[in-house]
Parts: sequence; C-alpha cells; structure tokens
Amino acid sequence: MNLVQLSLLEQAVFVLAALILFLSFTLLAQSRLVSGIHVFAWQGAVLAGATALVAASGAHHLFISAGLTLLLKALLIPWMLHRQVRKLELERHVETLPHAALVLMGGAALVIFSYWVVVPIERLELLATRNIISLSLAVVLLGLLIMVTRRQAVTQVIGFMSMENGLFLAAVAATHGMPLVVELGVAFDVLVAAVLFGVFFLHISESIDSLDTDRLNRLAVPEDEP
Amino acid sequence: MTANAWLLVLLQSVLFLLGAPLLVAWVRRVKARLQNRRGAAWSQPYRDLYKLFGKETLVAHTASGVFRAAPYIVFASTLLACTVVPLITVRLPSAAVADVIVLVGFLALGRFFLALAGMDVGTAFGGMGSSREMLISALAEPAMLLAVFTLAMTAHSTNLASVIDHQLASGLILRPSYLFALMGLVLVAVAETGRIPIDNPTTHLELTMIHEAMILEYSGRHLALMEWAAQLKLMLYGVLIVNVFLPWGIGTQLTLPALASGLLFVIGKLLLLGVILAVAETGLAKMRLFRAPAFLNLALLLALLGLLSNVILEAGA
Amino acid sequence: MNALLLTVTLPLAGGLLLAVVRSLRVAGWLNLAFCLAGLITSLVLAGQVLHHGELVGYSFHVDAFNVYLVVLTTFVGFTTAIFSRPYMAHVCQEGWVSERRMRLYHAMFQGFLFTMLLALTTDNLGVLWVSVEGATLATVLLVSLYRTPEAVEAAWKYFILCGVGIALALFGTVLVYFAAQHALADPRQGLSWMALYAESAHLHPAVMAIAFVFLLVGYGTKVGLVPLHNWLPDAHSEGPTPMSAVLSGLLLNVALYAVVRFKMLVDGALANTENAAVAGHLMMGFGLISFLVASLFLHRQRDIKRMFSYSSIEHMGMMTFAFGIGGPLATFAGLLHMLVHSLTKSAIFVTVGHVSHIAGTQVIEHIRGMIRTQPAVGWGLLLGVAAIAGFPPFGVFTSEFLLLSATMDSWPWLTSLLLFGLVVAFAGLFRYLHPMVYGKAPEGQQAVTANMLPVMLHLLLVLALGIAIPAFLSHWLDQATWLIAGSHLL
Repeated sequence: MNLVQLSLLEQAVFVLAALILFLSFTLLAQSRLVSGIHVFAWQGAVLAGATALVAASGAHHLFISAGLTLLLKALLIPWMLHRQVRKLELERHVETLPHAALVLMGGAALVIFSYWVVVPIERLELLATRNIISLSLAVVLLGLLIMVTRRQAVTQVIGFMSMENGLFLAAVAATHGMPLVVELGVAFDVLVAAVLFGVFFLHISESIDSLDTDRLNRLAVPEDEP
Repeated sequence: MTANAWLLVLLQSVLFLLGAPLLVAWVRRVKARLQNRRGAAWSQPYRDLYKLFGKETLVAHTASGVFRAAPYIVFASTLLACTVVPLITVRLPSAAVADVIVLVGFLALGRFFLALAGMDVGTAFGGMGSSREMLISALAEPAMLLAVFTLAMTAHSTNLASVIDHQLASGLILRPSYLFALMGLVLVAVAETGRIPIDNPTTHLELTMIHEAMILEYSGRHLALMEWAAQLKLMLYGVLIVNVFLPWGIGTQLTLPALASGLLFVIGKLLLLGVILAVAETGLAKMRLFRAPAFLNLALLLALLGLLSNVILEAGA
Repeated sequence: MNALLLTVTLPLAGGLLLAVVRSLRVAGWLNLAFCLAGLITSLVLAGQVLHHGELVGYSFHVDAFNVYLVVLTTFVGFTTAIFSRPYMAHVCQEGWVSERRMRLYHAMFQGFLFTMLLALTTDNLGVLWVSVEGATLATVLLVSLYRTPEAVEAAWKYFILCGVGIALALFGTVLVYFAAQHALADPRQGLSWMALYAESAHLHPAVMAIAFVFLLVGYGTKVGLVPLHNWLPDAHSEGPTPMSAVLSGLLLNVALYAVVRFKMLVDGALANTENAAVAGHLMMGFGLISFLVASLFLHRQRDIKRMFSYSSIEHMGMMTFAFGIGGPLATFAGLLHMLVHSLTKSAIFVTVGHVSHIAGTQVIEHIRGMIRTQPAVGWGLLLGVAAIAGFPPFGVFTSEFLLLSATMDSWPWLTSLLLFGLVVAFAGLFRYLHPMVYGKAPEGQQAVTANMLPVMLHLLLVLALGIAIPAFLSHWLDQATWLIAGSHLL
C-alpha cells in the first residue's frame, strides 16, 4: 500500500497529519508562551480539518467530532489558556529552553522510535493506517517531551493537550473514529481537565507566587534527608 | 540532434543571464507598488550593470590574486550551476550529466571564493561579512541537501531531470514529504540569496549586512559580475523551486511548441513567485543576526521531517 | 438488572444532590445514606450474579470477576463514609476547610464512587477509560482540598502524571479498537469487551502486543507501578484521610482490574504465536520491580501516610506479579489479595487519620505512645500493620502464601526475591511501628473521639478470611479465577 494508491482525499489527510507533527515540533521549540498557545490552536484547527476530511471520505458521523474538535481544541481551550495567561500577567513571558537543539534532535529520534514501534504490524491492508498510527504516536511522544523539558505550568498543559491531539488523530485516521459515546466522554474529560488546569494555575501561583513547576519541590525534600 | 541539444543549453544560459536582472526588477517593482511608490523602470538593473562595466575597476593595494579572480570564479560557477537546473525543458544534456549534488557543489564553490575575497583585502567589514556568510551557509547547506534528498528518495534519482520526470509521470499526489521539502527549501533559498528576514539586499547597514559587506571593496566590472552572480542565484533558486515542485508546463520534448510553452509557463510561475517574495519581504522585518541560526534550524528541521515522513508515510515498506 | 442500574446511578444522584446541600451535618448523613443504599443494592446484585450467572445489557457486563469488586467498592465506600462524617466535621471545625469546599468534598466523594462503579461494570473499553480518567478528575481537587502549598503540589503531580499515563492508556485503547476493525464482523462492536473476548483469537497479535504495552504503562501509572509511582505517596499523604483510604483501597484496584481485563484479550490474541506469554511477563516484571523498590523505600519515610502509601505500591506490585504469572493458583491468590489488601489498607488509613489527629502531625518521629493515650487507636494501628505485613492469622498471609506456592510452582527462583521483599517490607513497617504504639507519649497528648467501628469491621473480616474463607466467597473467587485463568482451582 503506497501513498500513490490512495485517493486524493486520503492523501490530504496524510498531509494534514504530517502538518500536525510539524506543529508539535514548533511547540517544542517555541519559547514564547502566547505564541505557543497560538500554535496549539492551529494544531487543533488542522486536526479538525483532518477529521472533516476523513468524515467527507465516508465516515459521516465524524463531522460531529470534527466540529467538537474545532470548538474545543482550536477555540475554547486556547481562549481559556489565553485568558489565564492574561490574568496571571504572563503575556510577555519567554521561557529559556535549555539544550534547544538537543531537544529537537531528541524529538526527531522519537519520530523514528515511534515508526520502529509500529513496524511489526505488517498485514498488508493495514499499512497505510499503520503509518498514520506511527505519526500520531510521534505526536503523543512529542507532547510528552514538551511536558518533560518545560518548567512552566501553562506550557506543560499545552504539551498535555497536544498529546491528546495525537490520540485524537490516531482514533480518527486509523480507525475512522471511536463510537460517539466514547468521543463525547473523552471530549467531556478534556474539557473538565482544561477547567481544572485553570483552577490549578491560580492555586499554584497563589502558593508559590510563580508558575515555574521546578519550584514545586517541597515534597521532594523530606525524602532526601533521612 | 546532440549538437542542437547543446545549443539549447547555451540558450538556457542566455535566458538565465538575461532573465535574472528582469526578475530582480520585477520584485523591486512589486515591492514599490506595495509600498505606494512608483519604483524604478524595468531596465534599471540592466542599466546598472552596463554602467558598472563601463567604470574604472579599482583594486586595493593589499589585495592578492584571489581578490581579482574571485568575481570571475563566482560568476562562472553560478552560471554553471544554472545550466544544471532545467528551465524550459527537461531534455537537457547538461542536466543529464550533472545531478543535484553537482549543483550544490557549484554553489559552494562560488560561496567559498566570495568569502575568501571578502577577507582578502583585510578590512573589518569584509571579514565580518565572510564570517556571517559562512555561519549561515554552514547551516543552510545541510538543510538544502536533506531537502533535495527527500525528492531524490521519491524519484530514486538525484538527477533533477529524473525527479521532474517522476513528478510529471505520477500526476498530482499530495506528498507530505514534498510539502516539508518545499518549505525547507524556501527557507534555505531566502537565506542563501540574502533576502529579508536574513539579509537585506537594499541596505548597507553595517550592523546587519552580510552579502554587501563582502563585496564592499569591489568596483567596476568586478562589482558588476558579483551583482550579476547574485541575481543569477536568486533566479536559480526560484527556478529550482517552481520547476521541481510544480513542474507542470515544462517542455518534455525538443519541439518548438513544447519549448515555447515551457518558456511561457516558467515565466508565469516566476512572476508569481516574485509577487510572493515581494509580499513576504514587505510584511516581514529583518531578524537580528543571532536569530538566523534558529531560522535555519527550522529549515533543517523541515527538511528532516520531509525525509522522515517520506520513510514513514510514503515508502510503505 | 435494576439492582445494577441502581448501584451505578445512586452515587451519581448522590453527587448531584450533595453538590447543592448547604448544611454540613445533613451532607455528612446523606453521604452515609447513599453509600449504605449503594452497598445494599450491590449486595442484591451480587446475589443475582451468584445465582443466575453473568448479567449483560445496556452496555454493562457483570460477571464473577467484577461483581466482587463492585461489592468491595461499595463496602469500603460505606465504611469510609462512616469514618468521614465525624472526621471531616472536625476538620471543618478546625478551620482547615471552608464549608463551600466541604460541599465539593461530599459531591466528589460520591462522584468518585460513581466513576469507580462505572469503570467496573461497563462492557465498553472506551467508557472504562473515560471513567478512570473521570476518577482522576474527581479526586484531584480533593487532594488539594487543604490548599497548602504541599497539597497543591501533590495534586499537580497527581494530575500531570496520571493524565499522561491515562493518555497512553487511551492510545492503547485506540490500538485495540484498530485491531478490532479488522477482526470483528461488526466493527462498531470494536470496543465491547465481550465481543472482543469472543473473537480474541482473530485479533492481530502484533497490534495487540503493542497496545498492551501502552495499556500497562497507562493504567499501570494509576496502579502505582514503579517507575510511574511518584504521584501516589504525595497524593495519599497530602489529601484528606478518607480520600487516602478510598484511593488506596479502590482506585488502585480498579486500575489493576482494567489491566487484567486487557491481559485476557491479549492472551487470546497471542495464544498461537511464539511469544504467547509476553503480557504476563511484562506484568511480572513491572510487578516485581514495584514490589522490591517499594519495600526498600518503606525504610526511608518520615511521614506516616507516605509510609503506608509505599506499602500500597508494594502490595499492588505483588498483585500485578500474581496476575502476570497467570494460572489458577496465582490468579486466585491475586484476587484474594486484592480483597484483603483493600480491606486492610483502608482500615489502616482510617486509623492513621485518628493517629495523626491525636498527635497533631503526620511526622513519624513525633507520633509516640498511641496505646497509652488511646488504646483503641493504638491497637487498631498495631493489628492493622500486623495484618498488612502478613502475620499468619490474617487474610493477607493466606494470599501471600498462595502466591508464594504459585511462584514456587512456575518460577522457583523468583520465590527468593519475593521472600526477600516481604522481609524487607516487614522490617520497614515494624521499625517505625514500635515507638509509635508503645513509645512514651508526649506531655498533654489527649484522646479524641474516634470511631473505630469501620476499622474493627475490616480487620475482623480480614481475620475471618485468614482463618476460613466462606464457601460462597471461595466459589465466587473460583468463578473469577476460571474467567481469568481458564481453569478452576477448587
């Protein structure tokens, strides 16, 4: 199964999937908080576009899910994050990225790793979707990498949410979407999580007067001194 | 037939030589229009070149032979590079004997002598420009090679004519790897041809200039050759981008109608590209120099992603 | 069926109602009442399942395996509610928590029970994921209930780590669904556990193997498997005590339940390939490492609740190991251990709540002489720790003994590691226990009004299970063993 044998619509899905991966890399390298939120919003929009394309190619029930993604991931959650950032006066916040080039190389290595993971799936008719799965796994792992390398609570949340984008991509592109009950449940969970994150930003900034999660280290101390 | 074909190579070189100033003029005019100015006449770049060729050529006392030879080498290597890229037809004998690595090699040769010449006289600006140019090219060249390899992997050939043939034969396929390679190559082209946001070809601002700093000591026909080579390079990258990624319309046979339509198409595509470049340059501000590595890292990343998505999404092993 | 629907929906209704009840006194009693009602309906449900076999419908699926966990959940929920009513009233009087947050507490307590029960009874693997994630969301605000910097930090850690873990689990679920698309006659049934189980031999083995890795890591984060256990001690030590009891007693079980359900599918898919037991081996590896690491960490704790949460990790590791071995004996041991560990550990956390109330601190060094100040609490602590450490008359001993025999049968060399871990854990627990119970009580330490009824109830049950497992319960566990391991033990 080569790309050539797919229809133009499916090829477009592949292109959008690749764009989502690219946006994950952009998030990884983005040091401005507000730009990070914008990139995340774009990623959500591209994801919604990919979902709509899959829906157009036959799985019509996915139009609901595409709309939901657009509403939630591209508009609502970025807006909420933006509002939080404004409230906490972090609009001009620029994070220092230690070992930026190394982290990017690590990201590329993760892409290769995720391809390696899915290589054993070798039944022929699965190949095209297998490739999409490896791509979405890469997006998930890059989200993880963002969370590991960043200290800012808001960026960590963005990493978390972009992980969810990768999961959605896998569900949509590889399996033509989960049953609607599950989709709605997942969307609800994501929404609640986003609200809770907002609450936590306030709590963290109240308790340590910053959103630098490296300073959340009180619990680590007692264990070190026996 | 072969002799005729080699005549075609000559024709293409002439087209490049004549077209390059025209492309520059077009970009300048569009930019002027966007900035609500009238802009210079179409013929202005030609007149500049003519004027420079007529002027006396001054050479500094401290200059060595390298300084004198550099303009000729730079100009010749750029022109040779131009013959490798199919302009109006893919049936080009010169494109058949030299592949894309040769193209990159020619460009590197030109750049090497340009940088040497910049340092030769021993002025502060020249050395500064050379060091900056080398910094940028050290980052841009791998990105360009990766982007080109992405294309080569799809076509199973590093020959530009074969790459274009393969593109034409397979029809419209949305390849993620092509998208990434295109974006990467555009960024590389911007950096290599010294356009905004990496360099500004219209100013001599000492803090930021790169290309202009290296040729600051040149005058007369030396300067004319250097300027002309820079214009050729812009057109070369433009043709590379439009003909490799959107090859439709290029002549595939050596007949007169095919060549004529090939010429028309390439002119149209270049004019469009010029508009895009002008719009982008009007909208963007020049970057601080130390952000240029980040810009080129992005190009490298894009090219790398192109390669990866080629393997992951398209090879379908 | 009605009993099932009632069991699941009662906590939901309770949560919604408690979100609007203003009076703290009424809320405490209502909470208790809802838990009692849930316990009764779940007992009815258990009776039905015991007599008529598995219950299927409305996307629910209750068999011998999960019905016993349902009863355990409602039971622990009920006894914790008994404890929580006066305890939280006291906390509120001390002014640590405002009345508005108490409303949140009660609503979320019921919400948590709802997600647990839904996760246990649903047949849909997607809904299973949604409800386990829902459990995180319900409890995360309870962990930070006191709003101290430590509590906020613990909650943030809990949220982020479990969020990441659970996201990986969703990826695994998507992969399972992907495999189902190509194996099931009706792909829309691709998330129904029963449909998948029936066709598990036709699922693509490579996809299922990859999926299981993600599922194990994902749900394993919730189980508290090393190296993803970091959230667990923090969340347990900083949250209010009733929360620690239900987290340790219930949430970990439910996560492990999810892993075991998926293992059953993966075993079916891989049965005819060369690495048929890979899922079991993975679980054994993770389980054993968690068990050993946690027993060593027991020695380094200063906070009493942290110490017992490491003990929870240790025991969850042991259960994961048991289910990993597979086979009827080990599976039976794992099931029994789930039961006795939940009962014992929630009893311990309730006792620890009283202990830290008496001593006014959670730091082990400052907790002294419990048995002099308040003998009931002191004895509760002593007996609870004796039970969890695996002293003979208690049920934990029985299940650990069974597990050791099973290990001796199939992996004799690992028995020594297990024994080593048990001894280390035992030493770690008793090293700190003696001064806490018998040491010299500080001046002015006073007894408090403690409600030791739930503790005694739990410990008596554990004791009874250690002496003789009643016939209906052993039959029950045997049915579950048959479901999971494929053959009866008895």
